[in-house]
Amino acid sequence: MLRFAFYRLLQAIPVLLIVISLTFMLVHSAPGGPFSADKAVPPEVIKALEAQYNLDQPLWQQYVSYLGDVLQGDFGPSFKYPGRDVTELIAAGLPATAELAFYAMLVALVIGVSAGVAAAMRPNTAQDYIPMSAAMIGICMPSFLLGPLLVLVFGIYLEWLPVSGWDDMPGDKILPAITLGTGYAAYIARLSRGGMLEVLSQDYIRTARAKGLSEPLVIAKHALRGGLIPVVAFLGPAFAGLLGGSFVVETIFQIPGLGRFYVQAAFNRDYTMILGTTVFFSTLIIVFNLLSDMLAIWLNPKLRQQTRGES
Amino acid sequence: MTTIDEQGTSLWQDAWIKLSKNYLALFGLAIIGLLCVVSLLTPWIAPYGYEQQNLLLGATSPSAEHWLGTDIFGRDMLTRIMYGGRVSLTVGFIATAVALIIGVLWGAVAGFVGGRIDAVMMRIVDIMYALPFMIFIVLLMVVFGRNILLLFLAIGAVEWLTMARIVRGQVMALRKQEFVEAAHSLGLSQWTIIRRHIIPNTLGPVIVYTTLTIPSVMLLEAFLSFLGLGIQPPQSSWGLLINYGVETMEEYPWLLIFPGVTLSLTLFALNFLGDGLRDALDPRTSKD
Repeated sequence: MLRFAFYRLLQAIPVLLIVISLTFMLVHSAPGGPFSADKAVPPEVIKALEAQYNLDQPLWQQYVSYLGDVLQGDFGPSFKYPGRDVTELIAAGLPATAELAFYAMLVALVIGVSAGVAAAMRPNTAQDYIPMSAAMIGICMPSFLLGPLLVLVFGIYLEWLPVSGWDDMPGDKILPAITLGTGYAAYIARLSRGGMLEVLSQDYIRTARAKGLSEPLVIAKHALRGGLIPVVAFLGPAFAGLLGGSFVVETIFQIPGLGRFYVQAAFNRDYTMILGTTVFFSTLIIVFNLLSDMLAIWLNPKLRQQTRGES
Repeated sequence: MTTIDEQGTSLWQDAWIKLSKNYLALFGLAIIGLLCVVSLLTPWIAPYGYEQQNLLLGATSPSAEHWLGTDIFGRDMLTRIMYGGRVSLTVGFIATAVALIIGVLWGAVAGFVGGRIDAVMMRIVDIMYALPFMIFIVLLMVVFGRNILLLFLAIGAVEWLTMARIVRGQVMALRKQEFVEAAHSLGLSQWTIIRRHIIPNTLGPVIVYTTLTIPSVMLLEAFLSFLGLGIQPPQSSWGLLINYGVETMEEYPWLLIFPGVTLSLTLFALNFLGDGLRDALDPRTSKD
């Protein structure tokens, strides 16, 4: 297990390097410099600015020094917010995004797992069809449609919940969390139904039932652990998706988080900000993928033995 | 005892029989067919011209003249949705085609050649899997401008990975079958074997996954267009229409609801069709 983790960590290093290099190259091959869009600026000023941001050096030198800075957790200064570091901006946006992602994941797991398990307990009955049809609707209802519709119904018509904001009013986190979480709840419901159905047909479940355990106990003590492995393996990719979804949800609900910063940076052509956030997001995603893989292996004895034998 | 006079059915006949019993999948197929026909014929059957404005009329709710209402410029919503659908569907099909071609070729070669080349090719896929693609696409659109061709390529470049994995797995299994060995011993070239034996036999899973890729591609396009990073005006797509709808949803909710329902219904239909095809084409679930 430790060896597997170590091996995967080693694998993550080239991936990160590729991410950084690719992003760096893309950003620097962009037509039009970061200062070209603004009003007519005298050439001397542009020169001075370029010197300040090291843009006058040859590209490879910029690349090497950027790599060195990133290793120390320094993403350089922002182009558009003078005097502020990208690291600072990321730190400012991270809490809101992390909180939103956490609540969304909570919504997704609670609704998804209970719907999926309920469906798997009585397959091909109403208890199966109703939650699974709802899950299909959840998958086909993208967050940028669901969010505004929820706002329209609960914020504007019924006036039950705040329309936007974050930490301003009680309950202003409910709609964003539901908007972001619903799609994942739907996927998790399908995954946990599939996983549970497979586990419930295994011999050890029959043994547990034969021992006279009640059905809830069989589910809770024996089936869940194996049945939820697909869900656990999905958590890593889901996390990556949550970050992407946060672009939209934070824009809709005007949440001062990383996702909204990223979209704004994209529109402003704030290259250092884009570069920094991309590297930061990638690191997070790689770490979460690793964690979810390891958790899935730890939960599944068969896989545990395989990785031991292999590495 | 087995009956002797049982009629043999091919995989495709079997699949069609199964699919035709799955009403949800048929419903999906019908919706998709209808959408394709409408999109192809849009310039001739659209009730109004694409650029036809009526500023005096402004936004009106659905009526006999304008079935789905009009937007703030007095443009007919049904017409806008029809033209937007052309773009959304085109993106969906072309980007999926890009993913399909790269994925199938990559997976087939890796699975068929095997050995070290396979290891390298699949390692590349692994590394690309770990890249945060959503972010990269945003980045691409920012850096190179919001070009529709680039959008196809970028989305296609993301979606081929799973396809490559599926095809490789399938090919690896096929490679050890007797009929492929027979073809080898007959002296057929590798390329001929891939073309004549491997590709036709991997078609089932490929079709299923393709049907499921189209909705995810369309979703990605809508997502980007919603953020303002995808399709640019004067062109229009469902994602863009939803974006406009959100801006004025308080006063004119139908401008959000109609494009939203259209997009959801399409994704719904494609997903049901994909699920139905999976049930129909997966040999493990058939013959019971």
